[in-house]
Amino acid sequence: MNLKLKIWRQKDANTKGKMVEYPIAGIEEDMSFLEMLDVLNEELISKGEEPVEFDHDCREGICGACSLQINGEPHGPDRGVTTCQLHMRMFKDGDTITIEPFRATAFPVIKDLIVDRSSFDRIQQAGGFISVNTSGNTIDANSIPVNKDDADKSFNAATCIGCGACVAACKNASAMLFTAAKVSQFALLPQGQIEATDRVLNMVKQMDEEGFGNCSNTGACEIECPKGISLENIARMNREYLSASLKK
Amino acid sequence: MSGMLNSTIARKVAMALSAIFLLIFLLQHFIINFTSVISENTFNELSHFMGTNILIQFVMQPILIFAVVFHFVMGFILEIKNKKARNIKYASFKGSTNTTWVSRNMIYSGLVILAFLVLHFIDFWLPELNYKYIQFNPEDPTRYYHELVEKFHNPIRVGAYVVAFVLLALHLLHGFQSAFQSVGLNNKFTPALKTFGKYFAIIIPLGFIFIALFHHFNH
Ligand code: SF4
Ligand code: FES
Repeated sequence: MNLKLKIWRQKDANTKGKMVEYPIAGIEEDMSFLEMLDVLNEELISKGEEPVEFDHDCREGICGACSLQINGEPHGPDRGVTTCQLHMRMFKDGDTITIEPFRATAFPVIKDLIVDRSSFDRIQQAGGFISVNTSGNTIDANSIPVNKDDADKSFNAATCIGCGACVAACKNASAMLFTAAKVSQFALLPQGQIEATDRVLNMVKQMDEEGFGNCSNTGACEIECPKGISLENIARMNREYLSASLKK
Repeated sequence: MSGMLNSTIARKVAMALSAIFLLIFLLQHFIINFTSVISENTFNELSHFMGTNILIQFVMQPILIFAVVFHFVMGFILEIKNKKARNIKYASFKGSTNTTWVSRNMIYSGLVILAFLVLHFIDFWLPELNYKYIQFNPEDPTRYYHELVEKFHNPIRVGAYVVAFVLLALHLLHGFQSAFQSVGLNNKFTPALKTFGKYFAIIIPLGFIFIALFHHFNH
């Protein structure tokens, strides 16, 4: 199929960017969206132009590196997939496709479609961990019984790949779903209780300091999340936060 | 207590608590107004009670005013902060694919409700203050019904009320369930609560519209 791409081009963090149009021909519907961009980049390189920079790594939907706001939605029009798993069969011959970086003040553009998501790393570092004795007496995690329901919910929260689609989709650029997933995965387990109070307070504090917006429960994040992280986690984080605030 | 209103979650919870208070207020306001359709006497008695009871006048009323002002001011502050959280806009943003119109436009439905409240204050609240605390008129327990009926003569005012209540319904369609999610309630009762919220959001404003139209066409 033949397509018209409108792509955000920006030389570096300090230069103003703009949308640039690229016609592209011969795209097959079995290609992934990133493969389509690879084809474009090969053409650009052969013409001596700068290729379009975009993030990617595993290309199998598990690392969270790929991003892109495609036709106004993070990871494009498909549900429950990352951009690397989005197929060109979701588009029609002759379509115009708008491709932009994830937009948030806390995700500044580094170049073209690549944004700096290290704000997520700092939120994680602020409390997304547990203490484990590694002095040689390390206790096997499985020796502590965990309620099945809690274990499942914790595991589901832990499937968050930190892609940032929740922030990109949110009209408020809020990072509540990501932070809530990271808080929940530990809050639901006995191993997570030791740091529970500080964890939620510190992670939310870091989230706010990074400049993410305020959640107004529109639910866009849950719909766009490639891993199906549920809004239940945000309610849980709110509860955790309230009880932690009363303790501290 | 750390943070108070410094954190996004604290602000969100405060927004929700003021909303829940306002929902309860709206319900009692509706019930009292609705009696005007059924019985002039009951409406007068209830209004007289509400207008003269010390607890309601000097405790609940200030709390209500605080809740209203807080909810609006915080709504605007959050809107500004949220705009700042995305300093460069998308060229294409398809909110309609993943959210409802009502949830994205709370600020606009809120603004219409604010404009309505100004009108409502001028209509009922200021004359009430003037009657009781400036003119020091003697209490007349039968005056309320006539005051109400008189206000609904003017078709323009009735029209404004209808528009405002439609917008209130839209605001509540998102706001009702959103408030409960914000205070951390998301469990097996959530689907039922959401359904109840939808009925509440439609029936109560519709009821207010009915009351306005009823008095407009019956007197
Ligand atoms: S919650 Fe979902 S959308 Fe947000 S970062 Fe995690 S996986 Fe991505
Ligand atoms: S490249 Fe790893 S999730 Fe898309």
